[in-house]
Amino acid sequence: MNFLQFMMANRQQVLDLTLEHITLAGVATVLAALVGIPLGILITRIPQLSKPVLGGANIIQTIPSLALFGFLLPAPWIGERGSRLAILALALYALLPLIRNTYAGIRSVDPAVVEAGRAMGLTDRQLLFQVELPLASGVIVAGLRIAAVLAIGLATIAAAIGAGGLGEFIFRGLAMVNNQVILAGAVPAALLALFADFVIGRLERRLGSLRSKSQFEQEINI
Amino acid sequence: MTDASTFEPAIEFDHASFCLNGRALLQDLVLSVQQGETLVLLGRSGSGKTTTLKLINRLLLPTTGDVRVNGRRTADWDPIRLRRGIGYVIQDGGLFPHFTVERNIALVPRIENWPRPRIEERVRQLLATVGLNVELASRYPSQLSGGQRQRVGVARALAADPPILILDEAFGALDPITRSEMQKEFRALQQRMRKAVIFVTHDLREALLLADRIALMEEGRLIVDLPVAEFSRSQHPLVRAYVEAFSGLPDESLPDERLSGPH
Repeated sequence: MNFLQFMMANRQQVLDLTLEHITLAGVATVLAALVGIPLGILITRIPQLSKPVLGGANIIQTIPSLALFGFLLPAPWIGERGSRLAILALALYALLPLIRNTYAGIRSVDPAVVEAGRAMGLTDRQLLFQVELPLASGVIVAGLRIAAVLAIGLATIAAAIGAGGLGEFIFRGLAMVNNQVILAGAVPAALLALFADFVIGRLERRLGSLRSKSQFEQEINI
Repeated sequence: MTDASTFEPAIEFDHASFCLNGRALLQDLVLSVQQGETLVLLGRSGSGKTTTLKLINRLLLPTTGDVRVNGRRTADWDPIRLRRGIGYVIQDGGLFPHFTVERNIALVPRIENWPRPRIEERVRQLLATVGLNVELASRYPSQLSGGQRQRVGVARALAADPPILILDEAFGALDPITRSEMQKEFRALQQRMRKAVIFVTHDLREALLLADRIALMEEGRLIVDLPVAEFSRSQHPLVRAYVEAFSGLPDESLPDERLSGPH
């Protein structure tokens, strides 16, 4: 039978694994955003930190993913559950795009606008929340999109340490040398990634157009 | 910010200097502006005019000497309170691209927590004052012409009715006709409002039209500081150089009334 038939025959399992996969990637992305975006903001305020922070996140990314999972195994609370470990590792990987895009997004805001805001008496907090973040939001969400797609892709490896997700099928299929099983894992994972890319991409475009709403865009109400 | 007394200058530079990376951008400036007066800072690029403006709203602090606003050193002012009492207009408005015209103008009143109805009324009033149709209130800056954006910039600076206005080449990016309109309207506005105004420009004609006094700056130093009528009569070599640079133009562009008696 082809992989679609396999998936239909095992649809409960496909559903469970897909849900697991979404949870792994989703929680990891949210964690990465909760840490990465504030860090990105911080290094725009304290430029001396930008090199070490961006450098650190870069180094994490260069560690082969399976190796990162391996390094974290002995850790006390984290190493106990496969899913916890996977989420942490995925979140670490997703950090760089979020930190980097937040940093770049804020730095790309027109300095004349920021200065005008400061000159009018906006506090640093008001400048950040009313001017810089809204204007940087397109780029920041692009970072979120990259992080999400990354997390969904890497989550396939999580199965190697027993964390579940669609990688289960992929690894099982590899062991059985059965393409249908492999595809039953790979195709939904790829579709998830494409879907996340599309949905977050739409949000990104919407926010990006806020920087300079043209007459045309206004009229057709994008 | 309360209104200054008639005798104390609204803005005062007391031997103020500003250095950056070993370069002196401003040296030993002695200058004052009274409430109700319009001072034009005239000079080339690099003359220190913009630095001077930034010392007023504390975007910069003087390296030596003092800058006083309403009798108090800028260094002693709370920067936020100081800036909310000073209207700031720059070239092309510096408007927030992601705010509508209305939100841009309402910026300072909002952060000062004015009640909504008062803000809305004020925005309507200001749009009328700067000659903009009220239907523009819901547009975004990118949908406006340069002249309209500049008017919004002025409206925004006036929103909280600050006693001091500083303008940095505010009409520089406009076409000549719009520019001339804006200058005349601004002068009429200033005659009604009597704020303490410092206007930076490199255009002598604009200076002659708008100023009560002209302060000519060059390479970070104040060269002359004269009432407008005396300025055009001055024989100082730099003043002459300025007048000659602008004299290649038809006489109508140098407003006669400013060249002769007091206004």
